[in-house]
Amino acid sequence: MSYEAVIGLEIHSELKTNTKIFCGCATTFGAEHNTHVCPVCLGLPGVLPTLNKRVLEFAIKAGLALNCEINKFSKFDRKNYYYPDLPKNWQTSQYDLPICENGYVDITKSNGETKRIRITRIHMEEDAGKLVHSGNTIKDSDTSNVDYNRTGVPLIEIVSEPDMSSPEEARLYMEKVKSILQYIDVSNCKMEEGNLRADLNVSLRPAGSDVLGTRTEMKNINSFKAVEEALTYEIERQEEVLEDGGHIIQETRTWDPDRGITLSMRSKENAHDYRYMPEPDLVPIITTDEEIEAFRNSLPELPDARKARLEEQFGLSAYDAGIITSSRDMAEYFDGVIETGADAKLAANWIMGDLSKNLNAESLEIADSPVDAKRLGEMIGLISKGTISSKIAKKVFEEMWKCPDSPEKIVKDKGLVQITDTKAIEEIVDKVIEANQKAVEDYKSGNKKAIGALVGQVMKQSKGKANPQTVNQLLAQKLG
Amino acid sequence: MKVTKKDMENVAVLSRLDIPADKEAQYTQQLNDVLEYFDNLSAVNTDDIKPLAHVLPISNVFREDVVKESLDRDLALSNAPLKEDGYFKVPKVLED
Repeated sequence: MSYEAVIGLEIHSELKTNTKIFCGCATTFGAEHNTHVCPVCLGLPGVLPTLNKRVLEFAIKAGLALNCEINKFSKFDRKNYYYPDLPKNWQTSQYDLPICENGYVDITKSNGETKRIRITRIHMEEDAGKLVHSGNTIKDSDTSNVDYNRTGVPLIEIVSEPDMSSPEEARLYMEKVKSILQYIDVSNCKMEEGNLRADLNVSLRPAGSDVLGTRTEMKNINSFKAVEEALTYEIERQEEVLEDGGHIIQETRTWDPDRGITLSMRSKENAHDYRYMPEPDLVPIITTDEEIEAFRNSLPELPDARKARLEEQFGLSAYDAGIITSSRDMAEYFDGVIETGADAKLAANWIMGDLSKNLNAESLEIADSPVDAKRLGEMIGLISKGTISSKIAKKVFEEMWKCPDSPEKIVKDKGLVQITDTKAIEEIVDKVIEANQKAVEDYKSGNKKAIGALVGQVMKQSKGKANPQTVNQLLAQKLG
Repeated sequence: MKVTKKDMENVAVLSRLDIPADKEAQYTQQLNDVLEYFDNLSAVNTDDIKPLAHVLPISNVFREDVVKESLDRDLALSNAPLKEDGYFKVPKVLED
């Protein structure tokens, strides 16, 4: 039988506030353990939590950017469960009146097809602390140590409808949400620091059926690669179970990235019963239409709109515009290059090509690139003016990567100015023709490809500085 | 009886309570008494009453996003039954 996967994601994103959601403790990542704690986030008796205004602002902005409706009346609830990373034994979250509902994002698949993924709701909640296990894994640890610095760091949880049907769609959806959150500047989205993590829900059903199968859940997946790999594995595993006539057990499974498999997490409390109740220590939140519109107007240009603009304004292809606008930093870098008067298509090619390659090789973010937008723009200007060839530009770029000099200075110091002087090129061409009679004869006897070897020789002898167009013209002329 | 012995056992598990066998009947009865007392509320007509989210008639209490001093770590840990190297120490989390 052929099966179809049904995938839904719950994405948790830490918000980039200065302080926690209900107290004034700092949210700085990497602080000495248990130094960002106070009676409120430790859940000591008698304390009164108060909502951080900026958390509400960021949650509403995220909702608007993800095409949600904002609930004008919203409240907090207690989600009860016992786990030592929650000192209160409940997580303050939102249950029946979340701040945002009914949104969507559109994803573009590798085959060019666009698909809409609906968002059920976005709610505000507090993050939990971190457990440091004494053994290698949670299961073989006799005790665990708890760091409550992260307890109370504000989160939004973005819950999708089960609208995705492949691991690729799930990854694209998460990438799109990340991109939007970065554009509106409400989360750092540093996945390696756990700013953005997803719970993946997946089930299978016979292709074409509209009945949902039993699902499994994988929690806290914090890389795009792991999203795709974990889902791919889990879909195959479920398929095998069903093919063998077995049943899927509804359970939480952990993803082991080293072994590339998912494992059942047996715990004492199998069926969760969170017994939600209204949080009596926090009062309801009422938002007016005017406030919502003010937030809407404060949003920057979002990825889809920016992509459309780059296609229209600069004639970039949908693919190129999609990559350039996938992160706000890259889109801003592109704008910076364009501001120097550089050609847009060349700018896109250099950003997606040599620049990205070098950044990846050194694991750098584009914002920390040793070659800033202005210098890259100036270098592209030199190509457009004919001062350097595209080939020489690669050398100039590598020099720029290593030193802060302007491209003009590098070109001058290294003697990389393109030779456009026809006389000088002609001399080299003549020498090359003389020394390569075999290629000349091949060419004359009809093998037009033989000219390539001659062009190559001229370029080599000019150390790459001869203008390739001039070389081609001269050779064609001389060989008649 | 609204609450059966099984319900009572489930509540005990969720609350991490160890109920002695000789108290089970008594606690089940007490839980039932409480819930039956709540039935008195059903006598009130609530057709035109909006659901209540909070008992106080106030909303929108916020704080500014400004950092305040946190607790000194030794003080934060001072009531912890178990601690180690500045951490709260807890027993085994997951069963094998």
